[in-house]
Amino acid sequence: MKLTVTVNGAEYSRTIEPRLLLIHFLRDDLGLTGSHWGCDTSNCGACVVWLDEMPVKSCTLLAAMADGRRVTTVEGLARGDVLDPVQEAFAACHGLQCGFCTPGMMMTARWLLDRNPDPTAEQVREAISGQICRCTGYENIVRSVLRAAKHDRGDDDARP
Amino acid sequence: MHVHDSGAGAYGPYPRKEDARFVRGQGTFVDDISLPGMLYGAVLRSPLAHARIVSVDATAARAHPKVAAVLTGADLAERGLAWMPTISADVQAVLATDKVRFQGQEIAFVVASDRYAARDALELISVDYEPLPPLIDARTALDPGSPVIRDDLPAGTGNRIFDWTAGDKAATDAVFAAADVVVGCDMVYPRSHPAPLETCGIVADMHPVSGKLTLWSTSQAPHAHRTIYAMVTGVPEHKIRIVSPDLGGGFGAKVPIYPGYLCAIVASMVTGRPVKWMEDRSENLMSTAFARDYHMHGEIAATADGKILGLRARVLADHGAFNATAQPTRFPAGFFHIFTGSYDVQAACCEVTGVYTNKAPGGVAYSCSFRVTEAVYLVERLTDVLARELAMDPAELRMRNLLRPEQFPYTCATGWQYDSGDYPRALQLALDMAGYDELRREQAQRRARGEYMGIGLSFFTEGVGAGPRGQMDILGLAMADGADLRVHPTGKAVLGISVQTQGQGHETTFAQLVAHELGLSPDDVEVVHGDTDRTPFGLGTYGSRSTPVSGAAAVLAARKVRERARLVAAAMLEVAPDDLEWLDGKWRVRGDPDQARGIGEIALAAHSSLRLPEGVEGHLDASAVYNPPNLTFPFGAYICVTDVDPGTGEVKVRRFIAVDDCGVRINPMIVEGQVHRGLADGIGIALMQAIVFDELGNCLGGSFMDYLLPTSMECPSPELGETVTPSPHHPIGAKGIGESATVGSPAAVVNSVVDALAPFGVTHADMPLTPANVWRAIQGRPIRPDLALS
Repeated sequence: MKLTVTVNGAEYSRTIEPRLLLIHFLRDDLGLTGSHWGCDTSNCGACVVWLDEMPVKSCTLLAAMADGRRVTTVEGLARGDVLDPVQEAFAACHGLQCGFCTPGMMMTARWLLDRNPDPTAEQVREAISGQICRCTGYENIVRSVLRAAKHDRGDDDARP
Repeated sequence: MHVHDSGAGAYGPYPRKEDARFVRGQGTFVDDISLPGMLYGAVLRSPLAHARIVSVDATAARAHPKVAAVLTGADLAERGLAWMPTISADVQAVLATDKVRFQGQEIAFVVASDRYAARDALELISVDYEPLPPLIDARTALDPGSPVIRDDLPAGTGNRIFDWTAGDKAATDAVFAAADVVVGCDMVYPRSHPAPLETCGIVADMHPVSGKLTLWSTSQAPHAHRTIYAMVTGVPEHKIRIVSPDLGGGFGAKVPIYPGYLCAIVASMVTGRPVKWMEDRSENLMSTAFARDYHMHGEIAATADGKILGLRARVLADHGAFNATAQPTRFPAGFFHIFTGSYDVQAACCEVTGVYTNKAPGGVAYSCSFRVTEAVYLVERLTDVLARELAMDPAELRMRNLLRPEQFPYTCATGWQYDSGDYPRALQLALDMAGYDELRREQAQRRARGEYMGIGLSFFTEGVGAGPRGQMDILGLAMADGADLRVHPTGKAVLGISVQTQGQGHETTFAQLVAHELGLSPDDVEVVHGDTDRTPFGLGTYGSRSTPVSGAAAVLAARKVRERARLVAAAMLEVAPDDLEWLDGKWRVRGDPDQARGIGEIALAAHSSLRLPEGVEGHLDASAVYNPPNLTFPFGAYICVTDVDPGTGEVKVRRFIAVDDCGVRINPMIVEGQVHRGLADGIGIALMQAIVFDELGNCLGGSFMDYLLPTSMECPSPELGETVTPSPHHPIGAKGIGESATVGSPAAVVNSVVDALAPFGVTHADMPLTPANVWRAIQGRPIRPDLALS
């Protein structure tokens, strides 16, 4: 089947197998390997991308379901050379170790902060509760998201 | 103890060099590698735990238009590769030829032009099985009527792998016979899985013309893997290059060589094309390195006033269908015999029997410091059982028995020589941070109101950094690691190391180590790892050995560079080398410190036409190999506060206080991150993670829907403290931190839950303490946590 999808602002048309998963379309067909495949069962969230403005687990979504829609991946998070405050904050707060869950975590974090610019630690934990990190114990991910929120709100302490 | 202070001050919470690529989604993991003409592999696995293979028919799969090749056990047997050696002197089937011995065992390997077609073709392979009775409960493995799993081994082997003893049994029995108090406990450390978020995989590329075999592989030990591949496949070792790129976690799961790796290599040889194989999550959980699975009976002997005298343990170790545990050769139970823990004990003895069952092979994976985690759990659980028996506070009992600082170096009853420690200081700090006395008062008030709050302690000592030459090896390879430091003419350095980061931040920490010695900025030191053609030999990253072993090699190489630089600096300044001293990151003339040269200037001179004294070679490059004289012994004191809902059995971890002493800290930010990770492991292992089997050997933990991992909702914000007791034999006094919290924390969580349940008369409950298991414990009907029985 033919698929037309806008990924990180660029339009792509490809002929795909109808059963192709979105994660494999992004990684293998488009070469966007920042999103990762971790579990097959929607539990780990290493594959989280946005479909339009909603975080989704791209390992349990058919690529065909993105036809005519917009997908945003970690590669679309920075604006040119300028990192998103979430990216800056994950590095500043040691919010990542192996880096495998990080893209999915950051996509969820940006989604949260766009809707709730001043979340509590508990709200951050709730937002990422459908994703698994095996390295950080989550504490520094929470700190990272709270720091990015401060930056978004213009707090100079949180600027790089 | 001598910590060489260059004055450069490169230690500290330096931001990680790795992060720039990871936050942009530009890491390079194995599944990100794509080569022209690459094929995709998939493994056909056994649905049965124990069955004879009558036939394997791959005719239809071979006829699939997208399939390039199918390998069966018979195909590998023709090449002498149907079986491979394990790290524990056993053999393991690569593709089964005679029987399948666990659910998920590898039977055939398909390579096709895309991932999906490879999976399709698996369904076209027809396997005829003759089911055999499975052996699932390790406790029946040695019964006369039990099915024999390894009929490939000499007759009479049965299901017994080894019997192993440490300590003085007679002396221990004498101590027990004379003791006022002896208490014991049966406990299961259930099978778990490290479950790194990236599964295992490989891209194998056998170049048909050059004969060079290049492997991009999820390997924590690329150099050791290269040697093993050379021995197994016959490809000469200099024609093998292993690239272990970014790893999405490892935790021990990426130490062994798995059948899928060898299948991909053979498939690349057969097809002349690169072959990628990535296991999926179910394959990862069902077939790769499990951890733990120790059935333990422990006893502790003490005086009536709480002086611990002796420890005894009998262990039944379930090793699955092939003995593939990854540990130093002469230690079939790993370092379990460090089970005297942190206490001054007169005598101790442990007896371990390893058995085969129809379960996945592996073992000694999952941040356990070679089974120190099982040892710590045993002794720390027993200590709490003793405290209950004596009606003593568990903190007071521990404080009374901890080794005292003046006893170090200390040789424990089973022979380990602990290098350094100040245990009472660490425990006192943890108690102070927790507000221990106040917590006990709160607990008493809550109990009066019918609320169940628990306070659990654990004090652990690890032995890490394997290991001393002559005592430890893996497949005959000494556990030494090399470092190769090149200093370019402009004073920028490249360090090649043998160990492999899986998230620990080696690119940053090792740059700091070198920068500290040479008066450079960490930004001026590039760390190369994970490429066997570009780095010196070494045994890899596991058992918390990177900093203790490879870190030491890096420091020694840097010190060699510094001494070479001294000779050149002396020529530059026209003084004798002895007239120079290293101060504030430069070689300076004694008494005239403004006359100085830094490494940058010296490097340029060393490569220039400067006239050098007789015997000085020029350039500054140096390499070193480090043979650790002993293990290092990190330790810590942990306190876990839980609240248990008696109606549902749900455990909530309210607080976790962790005081760690890993010696000198190179990058405290990274150290704390390592502790955070391990505490999450402890909570997961204690409360939810278990690979469980039904009576037919079906793995009930084969996905993340069934094998539960802790999320942000279960993990508390840890409260961390530190003491610093340098290792006297490590070049900078560092000890290693990668596994401390995974080793130390499960006992604190379980002790806390059992403490919460004390009003119900509960003295022990086995992990995982899921709501159902806690509720059963409250009802006085605990279950076997390792089996889906009862």
